[in-house]
Amino acid sequence: MKCKTIITELADYLDEALDPILRASIEEHLGKCKDCRVVVDTCKQTIEIFCNSEPAPLPQNTRLRLHEALTKRLRRVRA
Amino acid sequence: MSSSKLDPIARRPLPSQVVKDDESALVAAAKAGDISAFETLVGRYERKIFRLTQNITQNREDAEDAMQEAFLKAYEHLQTFEGNSRFYTWLVRIAVNQALMKLRKRRPNVISLDEDVDTGEDMVPRDVEDWGPSPADRYAQTELSEILTKAIGELDPPFRIVFQLRDIEELSTEETAEALELSVPAVKSRLLRARLKLRQTLNQYFRRGENQ
Repeated sequence: MKCKTIITELADYLDEALDPILRASIEEHLGKCKDCRVVVDTCKQTIEIFCNSEPAPLPQNTRLRLHEALTKRLRRVRA
Repeated sequence: MSSSKLDPIARRPLPSQVVKDDESALVAAAKAGDISAFETLVGRYERKIFRLTQNITQNREDAEDAMQEAFLKAYEHLQTFEGNSRFYTWLVRIAVNQALMKLRKRRPNVISLDEDVDTGEDMVPRDVEDWGPSPADRYAQTELSEILTKAIGELDPPFRIVFQLRDIEELSTEETAEALELSVPAVKSRLLRARLKLRQTLNQYFRRGENQ
């Protein structure tokens, strides 16, 4: 297996969406190729960092305007 | 890394999964006319929806408008929500549509999401450096947030939006494809490109020796 194949299959590998035979071949390659191991590991860390990041609190004015708009519309829908 | 085996990606549980039980009760109450139940749902998701619309539009004013319109549309169309998906997934799809409309209005030349995009022939990464464990912990929360916002803002829209839905909002590949009216292979190729580009951008902040 070539390093390029690891990159091509990277998304499915990280999402655990590969068939077991291809997955085993990739893991065999990763056992021997340090560069590919680092790419796979740092790509996985990239996803984790983004998906575990907390969204910032809503700015006070933004929240105020959102709730004013909702109150106005909900009142109209109820009427 | 000591092993070639992949550990599952350590994802924090989604708010919509954590609160799944009371979420369906809140949705049912809101459908029956309980406004406070809907307001509870808004309070639960407003931060995430605002981040979503900001990341898509890259414009503060458009992001605020898109968020407002998303919640208002969700309330107006609540009766059509049949509960076949999570409420949050349904809400995300509405917010994505609103944000995309804003993006296309402000940037009419922006590449259409469903056009073929150059996902790049040569995607083999150039910067191959280990980051060590917990690289994000080396930065304060605010600083990290700025790094991530800047990194995702540097992606072109077709890649940015797929990454946002798939890896930040954690929609499945199929849900992402459906929400963006793309094929599953198109979602996968954009996602791969986005992940590699973000990895490369973050490499300058997280490689060993930086900020340690």
